[in-house]
Amino acid sequence: MELIKCFIVGGLLCVVAQILIDKTAITPARILVGYVCAGVLLTGIGIYKPLVEFAGCGATVPLTGFGYTLAVGVEKAVSETGILGALTGGLSATAGGIGSAILFSLFFGLIFKGKPENL
Amino acid sequence: MPRMPFVFTKKPKIVACATAVGALEAKGPLSSLFDVVSDDSKYGMNTWEKAEAEMVRSCTEIALKKAKMSYQDVDVAFAGDLTNQCASTTFGMKDKGMPYIGLYGACSTFALSLGMAALSIESGLATTTLSVASSHFCSAERQYRFPLEYGCQRTPTAQTTVTGAGSVILKNVENKDSAFVAEFFPGIVRDLGIKDANNMGAAMAPACADTVCRYFSLSNCTPKDFDLILTGDLGLEGHRIFLELCGAQGLNLVDISDDCGKIIYNMKEQDVNSGGSGCGCSAAVFSSLIMDQFQSGHLRDILLIGTGALLNSTTVLQKETIPGIAHLVRIRKDAQWN
Repeated sequence: MELIKCFIVGGLLCVVAQILIDKTAITPARILVGYVCAGVLLTGIGIYKPLVEFAGCGATVPLTGFGYTLAVGVEKAVSETGILGALTGGLSATAGGIGSAILFSLFFGLIFKGKPENL
Repeated sequence: MPRMPFVFTKKPKIVACATAVGALEAKGPLSSLFDVVSDDSKYGMNTWEKAEAEMVRSCTEIALKKAKMSYQDVDVAFAGDLTNQCASTTFGMKDKGMPYIGLYGACSTFALSLGMAALSIESGLATTTLSVASSHFCSAERQYRFPLEYGCQRTPTAQTTVTGAGSVILKNVENKDSAFVAEFFPGIVRDLGIKDANNMGAAMAPACADTVCRYFSLSNCTPKDFDLILTGDLGLEGHRIFLELCGAQGLNLVDISDDCGKIIYNMKEQDVNSGGSGCGCSAAVFSSLIMDQFQSGHLRDILLIGTGALLNSTTVLQKETIPGIAHLVRIRKDAQWN
């Protein structure tokens, strides 16, 4: 049941992005950034946390989940250290994600060579 | 006469042509007609740009070999590609001892290079010329959108940049059996406000319709006089818009027009979105299929309209519109004499 909820919510978030790619002129880069911002906004107004509790990874893996992590990190840091937390909280909470993105990118860039898709 | 389609009295003959393409093109409908194909998109080199230069060098040398010529026999070469400052064609043709004129017309470069080469023969600057244009999917993605490694998704209206190069040797020679460049009609830059870099076909279609409609309004010919009116790389979407725009001007080209971007790939089976694009698209299709059909007698008189989208990576980021251009050349073969 957990898996099904996860799959449906995560899948729906991807469907929205696919519709944006297919039907609008919004570039993929802007869609990704939009998703992060949407995650922050939806967390701020209290919608996203219940979604995470409902769907687990289905809500945290898509990029809106990154926005959620940023927003939750800021909330936590502000409550612990005051207004400076607005600057430190987001990066601290997502440090693991950012660090692994850099590390794995480097690793895969060293062992694999790019090639064109469609082949 | 100024502003009119320029008719070449010397009828510069196409004495040889050659193509070099990548794996995707080699799996398409024209596969048996290409001279050089490679499964390796890097063509044995360590960067995409060098791979493109290698395709340029390769198809040039094959064309020269077919014409039984060497680089020393070429009086001037016209070439261009999509990379910054046309590095790929420059690097592919450096140190060959040939006078070299670099051209930029985006994807219209091949038609432009044929027109300019024919002009140089007509003026007496040259007796023998070389026209080359190339593009490479990977170098173009890096240039105009994102490096491959970014892994972004492409939209349905996006086209696939052809990995390919085509070369043509023109010579001022009497040869009744050869096709020749009959006319050249340069295009006007037109901009109808398209901003979507993923929809180049729509950006180029107005310029293409403009060139074709102006040509027919000035020429004594009508569309029925031609076997084929071939656009460079408008793709599915762009070609449809082009036909509509011409139709609105009273020119019905539906049965006589096709597009290199739709010809070079199997649109149904290969995942190429709206079709092929890039300088290499019209260069490879013309130098393989079209020349083959001239040789076999299937084609006798065609218009090739190279189409280019004149954006660069900066103008897109600055949210500018995408101007287009289309250059027209007429390729003909005189009736066989007995």
